[in-house]
Amino acid sequence: MAKRIIKAETVQITYREAIRKAICEAMHQDERVFLMGEDVGRYGGCYAVTKGLLKEFGPERIRDTPLSESGFTGAGIGAAIGGMRPIVELMTVNFSLLAMDQILNNAATIRHMSGNQFGVPLVIRMATGAGRQLAAQHSHSLEGWYAHIPGIKVLAPATLEDARGMLWTALDDPDPVLIFENVMLYNMEGELPANAGPVNIEKAAIRREGRDISLITYGGSLWKTLEAAEALAREGIKAEVIDLRTLRPLDDTTIIASVAKTRRAVIVDEGWRSGSLASEIVTRIVEQAFWRLDGPIARVCSEEVPIPYPQHLEQAAIPQAEKVVAAAKNLLSK
Amino acid sequence: MTARDDKPKLSRAHCLDLLRHMIRVRMFEDKCAELYTTEKIRGFLHLYDGEEAIAAGVIPVLQLRDRIVATYREHGHALVRGLPMANVMAEMYGKFEGVSAGRGGSMHLFDAETNFYGGNAIVGGGLPMATGLALADKMRAEKVVTVCFFGEGAAAEGEFHESLNLAALWSLPVLFVCENNCYAMGTALDRSESETDIHAKAACYQIETEAVDGMDVVAVEAAARRAVHSIRETDKPYFLECRTYRFRAHSMFDAQLYRDKAEVEEWRSKGPIVRFQGWLAKSGIAHPEDIEKIESDVKEEIEEAVAFAEAGSWEPVEKLTRWVYAERA
Amino acid sequence: MAEFRMPSLGADMEAGTLTDWLVKAGDTVQRGDIIAVVETQKGAIEIEVFQEGVVEDFLVQQGTRVPVGTPLAIIRGELEEAPTAKPTLEAEPVGRREEEPVRQAARPVVALRRTEGELRASPAARKLAEELSVDLSLVTGTGPGGAIVAADVESAAEAAGAPARLKRPKAAETQKAIAAAMEHAKREIPHYYLSTTINLEPAMNWLEKTNAARAVPERLIHGVLYIKAMAQTLRNFPELNGYWVEGEFRHSEAIHTSIAISLRGGGLVAPALHDADRKDLDTLMGEFRDLVMRARAGKLRSSELSDATITITSLGEEGVDSVFPIIYPPQVAIVGVGTVVKRPWQEDDNVSVSRVVTLSLAGDHRVSNGHRGALFLRALGELLQQPKAL
Repeated sequence: MAKRIIKAETVQITYREAIRKAICEAMHQDERVFLMGEDVGRYGGCYAVTKGLLKEFGPERIRDTPLSESGFTGAGIGAAIGGMRPIVELMTVNFSLLAMDQILNNAATIRHMSGNQFGVPLVIRMATGAGRQLAAQHSHSLEGWYAHIPGIKVLAPATLEDARGMLWTALDDPDPVLIFENVMLYNMEGELPANAGPVNIEKAAIRREGRDISLITYGGSLWKTLEAAEALAREGIKAEVIDLRTLRPLDDTTIIASVAKTRRAVIVDEGWRSGSLASEIVTRIVEQAFWRLDGPIARVCSEEVPIPYPQHLEQAAIPQAEKVVAAAKNLLSK
Repeated sequence: MTARDDKPKLSRAHCLDLLRHMIRVRMFEDKCAELYTTEKIRGFLHLYDGEEAIAAGVIPVLQLRDRIVATYREHGHALVRGLPMANVMAEMYGKFEGVSAGRGGSMHLFDAETNFYGGNAIVGGGLPMATGLALADKMRAEKVVTVCFFGEGAAAEGEFHESLNLAALWSLPVLFVCENNCYAMGTALDRSESETDIHAKAACYQIETEAVDGMDVVAVEAAARRAVHSIRETDKPYFLECRTYRFRAHSMFDAQLYRDKAEVEEWRSKGPIVRFQGWLAKSGIAHPEDIEKIESDVKEEIEEAVAFAEAGSWEPVEKLTRWVYAERA
Repeated sequence: MAEFRMPSLGADMEAGTLTDWLVKAGDTVQRGDIIAVVETQKGAIEIEVFQEGVVEDFLVQQGTRVPVGTPLAIIRGELEEAPTAKPTLEAEPVGRREEEPVRQAARPVVALRRTEGELRASPAARKLAEELSVDLSLVTGTGPGGAIVAADVESAAEAAGAPARLKRPKAAETQKAIAAAMEHAKREIPHYYLSTTINLEPAMNWLEKTNAARAVPERLIHGVLYIKAMAQTLRNFPELNGYWVEGEFRHSEAIHTSIAISLRGGGLVAPALHDADRKDLDTLMGEFRDLVMRARAGKLRSSELSDATITITSLGEEGVDSVFPIIYPPQVAIVGVGTVVKRPWQEDDNVSVSRVVTLSLAGDHRVSNGHRGALFLRALGELLQQPKAL
């Protein structure tokens, strides 16, 4: 009898829809889960992630808040300590600065300060990144800042699987987890297994294998980096692309194994170069794989300028595939 | 529970209880001052002298399942709530036997058993957290009150306004207790607020609000009973402004250049213990031997607490990075 | 009786100035009484006493600034004050562990394990290996985790015995190196100077006679006589032969004399002749010739440059009578030789014309002194009168 090959069912879905599905599923599975943020209910979410959820779950669980980032983030912290599993949606990382006191001085520290008596199982989601000509105050990529803080975890889903699967694992975590969604990814569309479920939030992923150079990146920059790898392949350079997925903790094992193999690395990070997360990764590579290196390590980051409004300047300010290709070739040249 | 639990019953036993709470806190704080000068307690030390009536008046009204959020001036609140004095003292020393395992110190006393959520050092930082605790209880239909203590200095912070607004908007069971001691560190209230009537600010958020003489423990208890009763009945927040005064400096290292000695002396003469003890004596409810017994019992308890703290252990340095994240089983 | 000490009033208070005593000796104080005023960086703060008793003695005068914890006064407790601690309180500390003075173990950085055939060499080592034609796989590493670092490559090059090809430094660089060395020498070493003029006729006569009987390539030059004489004399003057290292003198049993050789195109180099006292003149001559040739070709071994225990420098060709040389650190002495000239010479009561030469000694006064230096020069001079003994 011929073997019947059963093709797994897939769905066509966008990144935004994948997140929505994840929220929905979590709220169905666990009545402790609720979501609050600005314009998440009636408006349907600034990026339309929560569209339709108010109708499905009601105003208690899809809770519109006033413009009080500090207030409702702190409320999320209190609710988490009090036994709920809140998802706080901060409209963008730019506005999260108003909540930084609550995030750092409370969410990140309470477990430690209380001698492990209280934990904060809170998830905070934020949009991040540039590319829509929203100018200097609406285009930051500050996930690197947050990755500096002990006591929280920081995720950057770049693929549909991760958008769909990271939220549940994050909600299950007894400690605060920040999820950064790059604004340029919301419209990204693709195929996802219909039964896609939770994914780990501890490991980086090798999105493309190679031998000649490691391209290490996360979030919105992943796709530009894959584009760069394709361009390099046409010139005979086989690049390995690593998607960090989690920015805190960083998956040293995967990063180091890759660089040990290829001996060269380019880090692609949409934060500003100075004091960036990329700098941290360069340092870890120097600490742990120095003897394997066959040249210096390069970074492709945002330029040292507040993000400008006109498109050509904005694009010049942030990482691009061409810059990654140039950086890689430079490391491989004589 | 009687039908009218919203009024204090001034039986002899209860009166002595109130007095004992206040004297216990006062003597503990005094001991902490001494230990700080000899460098046994380090960092910052914020003492509650003069404000005892507020903790003593409010906290015993609560039940164990109610929640308390306080500030860095929280030793009195912790003691009245029932955190063991020995472990509180050990925490001040930084010893492993402290309530927060020595990790927090004077400003970060936490206790899960008594629902005591700190011990917060950011002025105004506890208010959003209090609204969140209340939100959780409301969403799960738990009949619990969250009490949030803070100073009048917090009224200038955005988080104060955001939290009051949220509590009123979402109808959260929070009792906001503002301990107005007239000075935010070294800044007098009228130098930082255009509207110095704090409880009027709360009223603007459509919150039931009251101002009370914070030096009168009975008045504070009465107001607290009214407030807690109201919250339990209506599920709406309540705001209590307790007008009080801080006899000691903001913290130990404070030359008090911002206020008159005469002003301090005047308030001392109207202090909560002086007034209540005087009234009890005058009305024959308490006798000198009652006071003596309270003082000697407390003295003994303090000495034991100090001995416990002195004998406590230092957490090994190898354990430095624990409790940053939950430990995996 | 208790000491009342300067209290700590704040996290960043280190000291305070006692500006006023508010009590007098003999006053009774209660717990909580304000006893003094202390001026701090934040202003004047009244300080309270926590003991009860009678003020007995003031230990610090008004206006004195003292560190936190300094005793300020003695307070004598009341007689009826019972010890506050009950006996049971002195019981064993509850759950006490000795304060462990442990360092936090350094978090081990996850180092990559050395894989089979994997060569771990630093970029600097690799570059040097290329320059010196060293095979890295034969080098033992002394860097972190056994990695090969630059110094390992240098050692390997030397041990290989092959003349390490020292890149001939450009003139400017050599000049810089000399300048640095000379500056160091003059700054660190307390030089003393002695000189003596000796009759070289016996030595020169012997030399001329010996050379006359030899083919040119085997002829000796008088420089070699100085070297051998100096080396032999040094056996009796250990304080002139060795190194000044880390604040002390280390005498060297072996005597490696170095000779200052000027290079064509400028520059000076002073390679050593090892064990000069044990070699005969012919051997020394041969080695000397070889040294000069290799020095001028830039092919000296590093051991030749670093092993000298004393130096001799001659300006004979330049025509000066005497030389006041600078010691090459870490050596502790240097001998100078002037031009051989004909001068009237007096011996006994006769005056004749002789070839004479002025020998000078610069010594490190931390190690030797003029008395010994003088003896050395005299001995050297006397030895040179008996060339056959060399």
